[in-house]
Amino acid sequence: MRATIILIMSLVLAGTSNFAQGYKVGDKAADFRLKNVDGKMVSMSDYPDAKGIIVIFTCNHCPYSKLYEDRIIAINNKYAVKGYPVIAINPNDSIRQPEDSYSKMIVRAKEKGFTFPYLLDAGQSITRAYGASRTPHVFLLQKEGKDYIVRYIGAIDDNSKDPAAVKEKYLENALDNLLAGRKPDPDFTKAIGCTIKWAEK
Amino acid sequence: MLDTSGAFMKTNLKYVLFFFALLIYSFSFGQQVKVYRDFDEFAPLLQRENDTTYVVNFWATWCKPCVEEMPGFQELNKKFEGKKFKLILVSLDFESNIKSKVLPFIKEHNVKADVVLLDAPEQNKWIDRVNKSWSGAIPITVIYNKDFYFFREGTLTYEELDKIVSKNMK
Repeated sequence: MRATIILIMSLVLAGTSNFAQGYKVGDKAADFRLKNVDGKMVSMSDYPDAKGIIVIFTCNHCPYSKLYEDRIIAINNKYAVKGYPVIAINPNDSIRQPEDSYSKMIVRAKEKGFTFPYLLDAGQSITRAYGASRTPHVFLLQKEGKDYIVRYIGAIDDNSKDPAAVKEKYLENALDNLLAGRKPDPDFTKAIGCTIKWAEK
Repeated sequence: MLDTSGAFMKTNLKYVLFFFALLIYSFSFGQQVKVYRDFDEFAPLLQRENDTTYVVNFWATWCKPCVEEMPGFQELNKKFEGKKFKLILVSLDFESNIKSKVLPFIKEHNVKADVVLLDAPEQNKWIDRVNKSWSGAIPITVIYNKDFYFFREGTLTYEELDKIVSKNMK
């Protein structure tokens, strides 16, 4: 009887934990091979000299993503030379959100002059594996041997609307900590964002 | 109707015109939207302890799934009108977009429920105070009364909403 109750309870818990799937800080992150806006395939392993990768799930249509475009460019320009380049990934299904189609990504990357790859997760399997739930959503990875270890998950900073009013630059602080040999603190933050537009089954 | 006696008209014409101007002004904006810039001021909306069942939906005009589920909330509001029920639509649009986006949306979609706007920075500090399992993506919906609590990240249909509210209403 007790075993049955435990079994039922764990099934219920498994059912409700759908949202909690994905990586946690300390997990090993999977590499990917996704198509960039220039038509070439990009993987993290294409950066053999990097100390890590700043993976940012972001997209064209989301107002919060748009608010952060300039800040993402600035972060890439500042940290790529220090060993942490940005790789942006569009997680959205373009049937659900036509503004996030591959051809529109090419247009947006050109308009904004992205200095980093902007990849399309066409099958959404990387988005699912990482557990990205909104845009923009940052996963800061540190390279250890051949592995990419998740060191920070969350927001870029604490004021999406107004860069001038930012009090805490979460991502930059996390990067500075990693570069100084420390663990990021906080290593997990939340922010309002747009939902991932999952393909309809 | 207004008092249109001669004396009133002569002495108070200016005030009447001013009153009309005010009336036209308030009609042109329709519903007012209360703005919360501080989560502490907003928090009580999620913690009322009385017989009313509150349905609190967090949305934004820019959020496609939010806009898609809005008719279901409107229908729910219509069904439970006059009962111990209150629908609160919490817009996460920026305050600067009230006139350009939020009010036109309310007008266009004929929104009858209370609309408030939460535009508070340092979201990392208050997202968990709404619900610990909330990632920050919208829509979310909180349904509660003093004995019941429900949270959903993602959309809800009218049928789901109706079932939850009907079953738990006081």
